[in-house]
Amino acid sequence: MTEEILSIKGLWVCRAEHAVLEDINIKLYAADFLGLIGPNGGGKSTLLKAMLGLIKPDRGSIVLFGLPPAAARSRVGYVPQKTVFDQSFPVNVLDVVLMGRYSRKGLMHRYGSVDRQAALKALEAVGMQDRAMREIGALSGGEQQRVFVARSLVSDPELLLLDEPTAGVDSAQQTEFYDLLSHLNRDLGIAIVLVSHDVTAISKYVSKIACLNQRLYYHDSKELSNDDIEKAYGCPVEMIAHGTPHRVLRKHD
Amino acid sequence: MIDLGFLQYDFMRNALAAGLAASILCGVIGIYVILNKIVFISDGIAHAAFGGIGLGYFLGYDPLAFGIGSAVLTALGIGMVSTRARISEDTAIGVFMATGMALGIMLLTLSQGYARDLYGYLFGNILAVTESDVLLISALTLTILVLVFLLYKEFLLLSFDPIYAEASGLPVQSLRLLLLVMVAFSVVILIKIVGIIMVIALLTIPGAISRRHMMGLPAIMAGSIFLGAIFVTIGLFISYELDVPSGATIILTAAVVFFLSTLLSR
Repeated sequence: MTEEILSIKGLWVCRAEHAVLEDINIKLYAADFLGLIGPNGGGKSTLLKAMLGLIKPDRGSIVLFGLPPAAARSRVGYVPQKTVFDQSFPVNVLDVVLMGRYSRKGLMHRYGSVDRQAALKALEAVGMQDRAMREIGALSGGEQQRVFVARSLVSDPELLLLDEPTAGVDSAQQTEFYDLLSHLNRDLGIAIVLVSHDVTAISKYVSKIACLNQRLYYHDSKELSNDDIEKAYGCPVEMIAHGTPHRVLRKHD
Repeated sequence: MIDLGFLQYDFMRNALAAGLAASILCGVIGIYVILNKIVFISDGIAHAAFGGIGLGYFLGYDPLAFGIGSAVLTALGIGMVSTRARISEDTAIGVFMATGMALGIMLLTLSQGYARDLYGYLFGNILAVTESDVLLISALTLTILVLVFLLYKEFLLLSFDPIYAEASGLPVQSLRLLLLVMVAFSVVILIKIVGIIMVIALLTIPGAISRRHMMGLPAIMAGSIFLGAIFVTIGLFISYELDVPSGATIILTAAVVFFLSTLLSR
């Protein structure tokens, strides 16, 4: 049995009297690659934030590596939803990646040569080592996204959380990006939770899929039933899975 | 040959010393103001400080100390309001700003002999800087430099990507408040030099120019300090030679360089 890294039990998160997440239950194991899909406003980002310890559950529990989420931060890498930053921000790629070492360093400790080596290694892992000294704003959208993955890798995480990482990245670069994630998952054994609304694009890469719209539809597998999808999206499956080259949905009779 | 004769006067030496310390402050804090897009907040804090200055006058205590107090309170107030999110930050700043100015004018009017000092606080009077002011300004500058040195990587992370910063466990809210408090101290010092109305120009112009020509935050800060020092020195010299207001001369010097650098870098 592989190691259990994440366990969410009976999680409820409410905002202004409304449930955003309702009775979420899920377990993840080492080297899982979970695609988390669902309509906009369905609570995908909220679930990720709860897993990072940024949002307190109203009910239920989240355990990461046997720890409460805030205590497990240095073992989790995070790539936020399209990092909005000033494109002329005066910082080079290496310094951006170094920011990922903060969770290991803590307040007031300066980054040393060990940190810089780790940053260069992380850049190498995403194929961006020759860009280390470039200003971040001088890179293309896809390259910037790789740098942000490097930033999340630099603390040697065992679990990566990515929140719609390919928004605003063209489709050729998207494919490359998903290949990169596959490589990290398969070759480095890093578990990944990938939030996306693009079912077709990610179904080729993930090993498990869950659908979230307030409630979580998940069967610890790569399959979801028509029924799940229809409930989650509130519309017929054809509208979502039409033209899918790689089947996510089991054939229904 | 430039005539350095104006340095024979104590008040001129004090003015120059205060101006140079302020350049260091502007160079460092001004960059964070620009990068964190808190220019309007900083301006609001400067105006709100006027309420404290008025209160100091009215009660017969040191106006500058009261100015610093009210600036810090405003900074904390705006910082807190923006997290509660019931009132938008813009609105909060507008309210604080106008209330501070109104209070300041009211209290100064009720005090004796206000008129000349009122003018000084609105438009700056670097020539009235005393030796103890210079000491205070230098001490504050040193404190802020030490803080920025110790928290360099934290402020970089906060300025670049606050969402990620929070996710990696950075105390984002406390650091943001600390930044606003440092801005509050800087702004009150600058009031002495260029006045409430023009504070924001001295805080942002050197950084805005330096940013276009330098690579990397430390180099931009250094360039910004250098430019600030040049503006203050040239401005003081011209104001002495032509007998025109020093604050306005310093700002106009900065503005001319800013527009020239913008035109030339096209």
